[in-house]
Amino acid sequence: MPGRTVSFHPDDRYAAFLRTIPEAPFGEGRLAGVPVAVKDNISTAGIETTCASRILEGYVPPFDATVVERLKRAGAAIVGKTNMDEFGMGTTTENSAFWPTLNPADPSRVPGGSSGGSAAAVAAGLVPLALGTDTGGSIRCPAAFCGIVGLKPTYGRVSRYGLIAYANSLEQIGPMAKTVTDASLLMEVIAGHDPRDSTSRDCPYHHTPDPEIRGLRIGVPEEFFGEGVDARVASVVWDAISLLERKGAEVITCRMPSMAYALAAYYVTCTSEASSNLARFDGVRYGPPADTKKPWHEAFQERRREGFGEEVRRRIMLGTFALSSGYYGKYYAKAQAARNNVRADFERLFCDVDVLAGPTMPTVAFRFGEKSDPLSMYLSDILTVPANLAGVPAISVPCGKVEGLPVGLQVMGRWMEDERVVDVAYAFEQGRSA
Amino acid sequence: MTVIVGLEIHCQLDTATKLFCGCSTDYRDDPPNSHVCPVCLGLPGSLPKINKKAVEFALKVAKALNCEVPEESEFARKNYFYPDLDKGYQITQYDKPLAVCGYLDIEGDEGEKRVRITRVHMEEDPGRLVHKGGADRPKYTLVDYNRAGIPLIEIVTEPDLRSPKEARRFLNKLRATLEYLGVFDSEKEGSLRVDANISLAGSERVEVKNITSYKGVEKALTFEVTRQKNAIRRGQKIARETRHFVEARGVTTSSRSKEMEQDYRYFPEPDLRPLRVRNWAEEIEIPELPDARKLRFIKDYGLSPTHAATLTGDWQIAEFYESLPADLRVSTATATWVADTLLGELNYRDMSIRGVPLDHFKELLLIRQAGEITEKAAVEVLRSLLDQIRDTGTCELPRQCIGRLGLFVITAAEEGANDPVTAAAREAIAENPQAVADFCQGKKEALNFLVGQVMRKTRGCAKPGDVNRVLTSLLSGDE
Ligand SMILES: [Zn+2]
Repeated sequence: MPGRTVSFHPDDRYAAFLRTIPEAPFGEGRLAGVPVAVKDNISTAGIETTCASRILEGYVPPFDATVVERLKRAGAAIVGKTNMDEFGMGTTTENSAFWPTLNPADPSRVPGGSSGGSAAAVAAGLVPLALGTDTGGSIRCPAAFCGIVGLKPTYGRVSRYGLIAYANSLEQIGPMAKTVTDASLLMEVIAGHDPRDSTSRDCPYHHTPDPEIRGLRIGVPEEFFGEGVDARVASVVWDAISLLERKGAEVITCRMPSMAYALAAYYVTCTSEASSNLARFDGVRYGPPADTKKPWHEAFQERRREGFGEEVRRRIMLGTFALSSGYYGKYYAKAQAARNNVRADFERLFCDVDVLAGPTMPTVAFRFGEKSDPLSMYLSDILTVPANLAGVPAISVPCGKVEGLPVGLQVMGRWMEDERVVDVAYAFEQGRSA
Repeated sequence: MTVIVGLEIHCQLDTATKLFCGCSTDYRDDPPNSHVCPVCLGLPGSLPKINKKAVEFALKVAKALNCEVPEESEFARKNYFYPDLDKGYQITQYDKPLAVCGYLDIEGDEGEKRVRITRVHMEEDPGRLVHKGGADRPKYTLVDYNRAGIPLIEIVTEPDLRSPKEARRFLNKLRATLEYLGVFDSEKEGSLRVDANISLAGSERVEVKNITSYKGVEKALTFEVTRQKNAIRRGQKIARETRHFVEARGVTTSSRSKEMEQDYRYFPEPDLRPLRVRNWAEEIEIPELPDARKLRFIKDYGLSPTHAATLTGDWQIAEFYESLPADLRVSTATATWVADTLLGELNYRDMSIRGVPLDHFKELLLIRQAGEITEKAAVEVLRSLLDQIRDTGTCELPRQCIGRLGLFVITAAEEGANDPVTAAAREAIAENPQAVADFCQGKKEALNFLVGQVMRKTRGCAKPGDVNRVLTSLLSGDE
């Protein structure tokens, strides 16, 4: 029925949204009239899409991302665009060019990032469903920090068409929700082959979560409880794993030596790709225009210097350096070799176990400004980046609290076995509430 | 001093749609930025999708150039900033090109020559800058992205060419080959761009960029050979540099050497999967190519190697020749008419075979063959038709033209009639009493002179046999 809208006037006290649609149209389908929040790096036709960057202010895409098309086809109402770290570069949403988002679990703390707005919107109950994107943990980290469910699908399972690229070879769009069932439902709507995305696979997701995990082999890599992991977080996560064991799963400790290089491989790869992806923002075609009175290269420089935030500029510089001739072999090529090692580690482990489990984040949510130097911030991604490097599915499900702050259990699965990680998360969620 | 030349040739592949999106490639007469979409504009979030037809076209080229096709080929990003480059990088191929190690045989300065092909790869064309308000100091510059994403192939040769003329011959042969394959239209403006590397043995190599025509290649290289030779003679060192060809002035000018040091930061394009090309190439069939067709023309039509080479050196001409009736094809006269007369007249007018209605010329040939016009008249008609096309873009039908010019053959009637041939013969006899007298004294040359006079009076439209017969009969009647 045309002309129907959802009225959306949320009390956005955590500053989760960059913009909302007060009267959001919706259609027929399994999500008819369900309000869905969309991260601001996903293109929405007719709705400003900025990646929380000044350089894209005023950019209104002329087309919908494939996932948005799918949401609309399922009847969903797109009610707003959520805040994020600029271009997805961050772990706290503090790198938004506009404003920080607060963690509904404790407003003195960050919601995690980069999909912090989506996580906060769901955690605060403003929307039941939200889309996030995950390049190195950007769905799972804020899900863990805010106490909700977030799934990073297998690379290729959800179309990236319309996702404004940060690091193409690593990122996926994924569902965020309060429960595993809702996340699975949203996954069902957005997954599937898209001929417009050459990296998309023809592997639709039709699944009802099943809590039966008897006989399931869960691998627990020692490295996931190594240096830097808060002992209280580790303890809560071990409790969660024990619960799964009581439900009939077999727990096997194992090793993942490639973890030693995973973070370096991740940052070299993502900054390299980003340095290229972000080259198009030059003020010629969208965003605030470059000064056309100046020679083009000066105008470009000025626009990019003013339009990008500090962290974005830092990553562009790092990536540009890593790809430079004379350094390519030392950095980019080496990162790809390390990435292959991570993949090989997963393949080897998945011969003996069905899923891998551990904490999503080494700590609970940080206080604002707590991680002031970039390196310690980068280190907090250590547990989430392996799944992106290998392209395998990974889910974060709330598994308890440390001093009132949520902790996430991360479950990683074999390539294209998103259903299985959803089942394990569901088994935990059901077992915990039972 | 030995001249050493290698070429890098960019050709637009003649596909219906662009390399990574569905936009039409037929943009030349349309308003700027009217053949664009999120993909070829590089809008954030858009993703490239490979045009299989373009890969097929490129693989045909690889096969025709006798290249090795690897198992897998990959796209890469070439990163640099320029206002015509909408993504800030060009999708091209780097360390895994589509094809390597081929060759093309050409007619070299010293006979048959094999020019080695280093590699063939695919890439997208950038947009186009339009400078407004004077070329030297433009007031402002506009960008047109209609061209952005047009599929290109880059063909790189080894430095096997030894003169500007050889380079030109190589390009002609390459163009013919690409057009035989049906993957390239050389007539489209900007469809070919050449960078040439040229050095004199023992000296540094100079790269000449921005050559956009076949003649330009020979001109630019000739200019460079002279410039470099003169410099060496004066004891100067040739600097390793990039120069630009200024077509209008026929010279090359030094461009800032900074350009050579640009670091393109190539890396594999993460938005496209590698192409499995070897099996694909094996399945692709390519048509008969110029060399094979030339041999067939010699064998089947009994043509001379020179005529056969000319007639097969351009796909359109070869097709035209083969559309003629079988009995015409085997005649040397036809071959001469097409290869020498038709092409010669076109060349004289700087016209291309593509702009002319070949059916007209086929008809003209048939009329001539039927004896309705003389050889001389046929050339006159051809010239008139070509002039019309050059001046107005269109021309009369051949019969119309022949009629208007009064060039149909005039036949003499039976004895005693007052037809134009007899009338002209009577005039000639009356005006040349000395020749008549000479003839009567048995001088045969006198008759030839009189025949010539009659032919002139009938503007070449009388049949020589008729003229002979009528003159002889009139002269013997006068006795
Ligand atoms: Zn397009």
